[in-house]
Amino acid sequence: MAKGLLNNRVIPQHRLLAIGGSAGSLAMTLKIVSLLKGQMGLAVIVIFHRKTTDDTTLIHLFSERTDFHVKEAEEKDEILPGTIYIAPADYHLLIENDFTLSLDVSEKVNYSRPSIDITFESAAEVYRQGLACLLLSGANADGVEGLKKARALRAAILVQDPRCAEVPYMPQEAVNNVPVDLLVDDNNLSNIFTLPDWRPVANPPETF
Amino acid sequence: MQSEQSVALTDSQVDIILTDLMDIYGYDFTNYSRASLKRRILLLMSNDRFPSFAEFRFRLRTDGDYFNRFVEKITVNVTEMFRDISFYKTLRHDILPLLAARPLIRIWHAGCSTGEEVYSMAILLHEANLLNKSLLYATDINPAVLDKVRAGIFPISQMKQYSENYILSGGKKDFSSYYTAQYNAVRFEEYLGKKIVMATHNLVSDGSFNEFQLILCRNVLIYFDKPLQDRSLRLFYNSLEMLGYLALGSKESLKFTEIQQHFKQHESGEKIWRKVS
Repeated sequence: MAKGLLNNRVIPQHRLLAIGGSAGSLAMTLKIVSLLKGQMGLAVIVIFHRKTTDDTTLIHLFSERTDFHVKEAEEKDEILPGTIYIAPADYHLLIENDFTLSLDVSEKVNYSRPSIDITFESAAEVYRQGLACLLLSGANADGVEGLKKARALRAAILVQDPRCAEVPYMPQEAVNNVPVDLLVDDNNLSNIFTLPDWRPVANPPETF
Repeated sequence: MQSEQSVALTDSQVDIILTDLMDIYGYDFTNYSRASLKRRILLLMSNDRFPSFAEFRFRLRTDGDYFNRFVEKITVNVTEMFRDISFYKTLRHDILPLLAARPLIRIWHAGCSTGEEVYSMAILLHEANLLNKSLLYATDINPAVLDKVRAGIFPISQMKQYSENYILSGGKKDFSSYYTAQYNAVRFEEYLGKKIVMATHNLVSDGSFNEFQLILCRNVLIYFDKPLQDRSLRLFYNSLEMLGYLALGSKESLKFTEIQQHFKQHESGEKIWRKVS
């Protein structure tokens, strides 16, 4: 983990990749997960729309492809680099100012809980340019509002190329409405991690 | 579009609002999880079309009715009947039979919201022939929701889902035998509500008011920071009889809490703990 020094305290630097997906997004997520290795100074949050089922299947699928630690996101979890947090079904997932997670069972947004919009927006307020949001395949418009707000807060905006998405509606909505830093397809996945403007942010974040 | 222009809210503005609420109304929200609280304040400002933070703050400071609306909208009141099927199955088959021998069963639903869980419990007790000797205390910080509990009226649109939940959690009856449909709503049978006692109670500031065999507080602690979670759990510990049960939400836990050592989790793995010391 990169460290900086502030008020004589060693403070962690944070970078977060938030991946939001719905129908047809698992395949590309698995490809990205298999690129996560060793010390990348990076935490990952995955928000999938899915039915309320037990969450161990995803944890298992991810774990066998990466040496990142994979877990279901729990409230008060400190967001640590080298870890993938999976949003639990039927809860919204938000990020607190102190880089911890919180859960929320408030109303569905875009018929979805977890809502990709809520997590993208909340992550952007804390991580700002330390955040990259990636929106994948899906059949509704969740994520687009979140991308807009993330963009306004200088986060990097990544969208799966709708031409190669299993269900193009969601990424197409994003492309239509938000300036995109990188259109992601199977051949340029590794470029995600080398985006020039995706820089770690120190704790505490600057206020605006 | 003007109205689409999203209102902005900084963390220090949230602090200003919270200080106002404390100074003027005596309500302390400072120990609520900030991300969710901020999101809900922003939603309220935008829904009520305040053009600026200053106007929102002024209204909140000077209009007591608007403060009531604030509390109603800021606290999350999303709840379901028989949510988490396996949890209700465990209550029905494992927990209630152990309470059956008591002469009087006292149950506290802390943060009951609009009462869906309280009515679920009343149905379980009724089917176990225990409702007559039970008292269900339903408390919430928000007085507006308690009126809804009192009325026992719920939207008809939810009944299909609730009926499924009921059956899957081990219910054997026709779920619709518990209510009468009226237009878009259903009214639950009066005998189910008769044993429910409603009161406002604030987990931030209020204390213990009775001793219970079972306390349910589900999906409330997730909105609190660690010190307020600890305070609430201490309160529950002090309000439980020895060998009484504490039930939390499916993503809540006693892990890493100071009262953990006094509790033993139910062997089913459900979020139900028994006070053992």
